[in-house]
Amino acid sequence: MPPALQEIVDEFADTPREMRLAVLLDFSNGLPPLPPRFAEAGLLERVHECQTPFFVAAEVEDGRVRLFFDAPPEAPTTRGYAGVLAAGLDGARVEEVLETPSDFYTGMGLAELISPLRLRGMGAILAHIKRQLVARGGAGRG
Amino acid sequence: MSVENDPDPKLAEYAHPERLVTTAWLAERLDDPRIVIAESDEDVLLYDTGHIPGAVKIDWHQDLNDPVARDYVDPEGFAALMSGKGITPDTTIVFYGDNNNWWAAYALWVCSLFGHRDVRLLDGGRAKWIAEGRPVTTDVPRRTATEYPVVPRDDATIRAFKEDVLGHIGRGPLVDVRSPGEFNGELTHMPDYPQEGALRAGHIPTARNVPWRRAANDDGTFRSAAELRAIYVDEQGLTPGDEVVSYCRIGERSSHTWFVLTHLLGFPNVRNYDGSWVEWGNSVRVPIEKPGHPVRPAVGSAAS
Repeated sequence: MPPALQEIVDEFADTPREMRLAVLLDFSNGLPPLPPRFAEAGLLERVHECQTPFFVAAEVEDGRVRLFFDAPPEAPTTRGYAGVLAAGLDGARVEEVLETPSDFYTGMGLAELISPLRLRGMGAILAHIKRQLVARGGAGRG
Repeated sequence: MSVENDPDPKLAEYAHPERLVTTAWLAERLDDPRIVIAESDEDVLLYDTGHIPGAVKIDWHQDLNDPVARDYVDPEGFAALMSGKGITPDTTIVFYGDNNNWWAAYALWVCSLFGHRDVRLLDGGRAKWIAEGRPVTTDVPRRTATEYPVVPRDDATIRAFKEDVLGHIGRGPLVDVRSPGEFNGELTHMPDYPQEGALRAGHIPTARNVPWRRAANDDGTFRSAAELRAIYVDEQGLTPGDEVVSYCRIGERSSHTWFVLTHLLGFPNVRNYDGSWVEWGNSVRVPIEKPGHPVRPAVGSAAS
């Protein structure tokens, strides 16, 4: 797992249970805005596993992963997932992202706060990111 | 002492107008000490991004469900929850939430298991309140804890278990409120919710499919009494004397329909099967009906 993501997982795990959602809300509020060029249709892929319209694009620049998300403010939890992945994976090497375990979030201690079934949305977003990276040529040609 | 009803003419047409309030009515009563407004959402962070001034948060997963067993909190847990939110047995609780009030209706239903007397829904829920530009705040109210009594949970009157449903097949109407794709066994989950699956797809034999959404307008408010009667009474042939069981996937959408049948149409014998398809579709040897297949195993031979 990329060190930045591991740090976030640890940060959640070290936060008292009653404060963990506040941390997730910080990530939700801190999600970087979408660059204007994404206004063009087709650059973002919809994540159908999420209950609200949610879009992600994974690009590769010099072997480094660049992530872009579009998530409405009415869905702060999904935005929070995006904020965690943006902070934890943006700028990581392609291989590191592809090797990130799909259940990386189980160590964050969120399952007591968010229904475990809904929590899997985080893994679904990561799966979309990996699929896009593989489709773009994966580690070999990044 | 009790809080007056919302005299809105649309609400007056329902069987129990005292169970619903409009946004305009609530907006004038934000400071009424007899009322506690409670937000119950699908999205666990939504309340924290801004809520109706004075509203407390009641989370279906953290507050209403038992942390270990697939069940609701016990009477002590419920009393502690109510006490912590500053609610007494005489408090009028007005629930509202996201997603067409699914979880608000669910929370209202759980409070009804414990016999809380005056529970109401905000017609149109969170979306309507916000669309109308009404005030929201991120301030979390500090409410003084109350002495809420420990009241037994009544699991018989408005709640159905799997065994009850097995015995109900062929004896009374079952209303499956899921989407047609789920009902017909094309999907084992709700569109866009693949995480909440079941091993088998289809529906409980004899169930009729009346998706919850038919009871709602596009803005999340309930359809008028006449429109609801046209669907459930004229079209579906349900009568108020029927013992009805509603179900969906995990019991939240069927709480919405339970509310419609019980409080808006006045059916006195409606139970919500909260185990719903996630239990039924994962259970061994319960009968399942799926278009193009005979019911298997035959009803009556199933394990109970």
